[in-house]
Amino acid sequence: MSVAKHFSRKYLREEVLPTPFCPGCFNGVVMNAMFKAMEELGIEDLRNFVFVSGIGCSSWIPNPLIRADSLHTLHGRAVAVATGVKLANPRLNVVVIGGDGDLVAIGGNHLLHAARRNMDLLVVMVNNMVYAMTRGQLAPTTPLGFRTATTPYGNFEPPINVAKLLINTNANYVARWCVSNFHKLKQSFKEALSEVSKGFRFIEVVAPCITYVVRYEGKTPGQKIKELREACVEVKSISEIDDVERRGKIAVGVFKKELKPGYVELYESYASRAREASQK
Amino acid sequence: MGCSIVVDSRLCKGCGICVELCPARALELSKELSPSGYRNPVQTGKCVGCRTCEMFCPDFAIAVVCNGKGSA
Repeated sequence: MSVAKHFSRKYLREEVLPTPFCPGCFNGVVMNAMFKAMEELGIEDLRNFVFVSGIGCSSWIPNPLIRADSLHTLHGRAVAVATGVKLANPRLNVVVIGGDGDLVAIGGNHLLHAARRNMDLLVVMVNNMVYAMTRGQLAPTTPLGFRTATTPYGNFEPPINVAKLLINTNANYVARWCVSNFHKLKQSFKEALSEVSKGFRFIEVVAPCITYVVRYEGKTPGQKIKELREACVEVKSISEIDDVERRGKIAVGVFKKELKPGYVELYESYASRAREASQK
Repeated sequence: MGCSIVVDSRLCKGCGICVELCPARALELSKELSPSGYRNPVQTGKCVGCRTCEMFCPDFAIAVVCNGKGSA
């Protein structure tokens, strides 16, 4: 009998392990949820997948770890490059994995316009609440009162609520889960890869940085997961989000789920209309 | 019947998530250091096979084997 291996290992490049992440980094848990979803959907090889990432800690997830084609692009431009990949070959399943600094801070406009176009991408945002790779500075998603390297007496800038922002765009699927909601997160990955397989799908994972958030608070990774289990409250409708957040909790859940035609579908119908008009 | 926990000492970084989250308290961090200098978990109690440690292991180092079979 061969030695038992972790279930994620069949999707990973063995030669680059161990991972480049800090001990206890929640990036690995996000990967576990994604791979568990793929395993349950029966996706054995990732030949039809392209993973695109920018710069940041969580952008190390696809490249070099995942055994699939991946593009490690410029800082913040992951969504823009992924748009190009999808339009060049619409049969590919394009997945963008990035952090809050990459997708919201520097690449915010790309994210917004990809959501507006309902671009056929799955965007996974690992929200670690700080700029972790550059040593824990204030990010646009840092909650109020948080101690970071640039706000040692507590953050005074109100943060941006990305999931709530994207509900109001044309996106097909918007969900937010904490890293402690493993099964719900896995379910969201399954929905975004099978049920809602077109249009813009956005999954935010609240996964506080181990080194610059959790250790600053004097906690261990395991304690943080237990704390998040209490702090994350699932909402059934988007009207409850404000209510939950006013109580100082994190609202999680599937906020939006629609089946509108994606950009590729709209573009193809436009192209056929253009061809007909030119033949007249 | 019964499950056992296999830890890959090449990948484990000793973060202790598995030890803290195990509902059966079946794991403990070892006294000795692994070749890469971390304290790896060792099984000290009875594993109930819930696979929580496997799901939350960020370094893909742990595997639960029940009746001679892993999850993969």
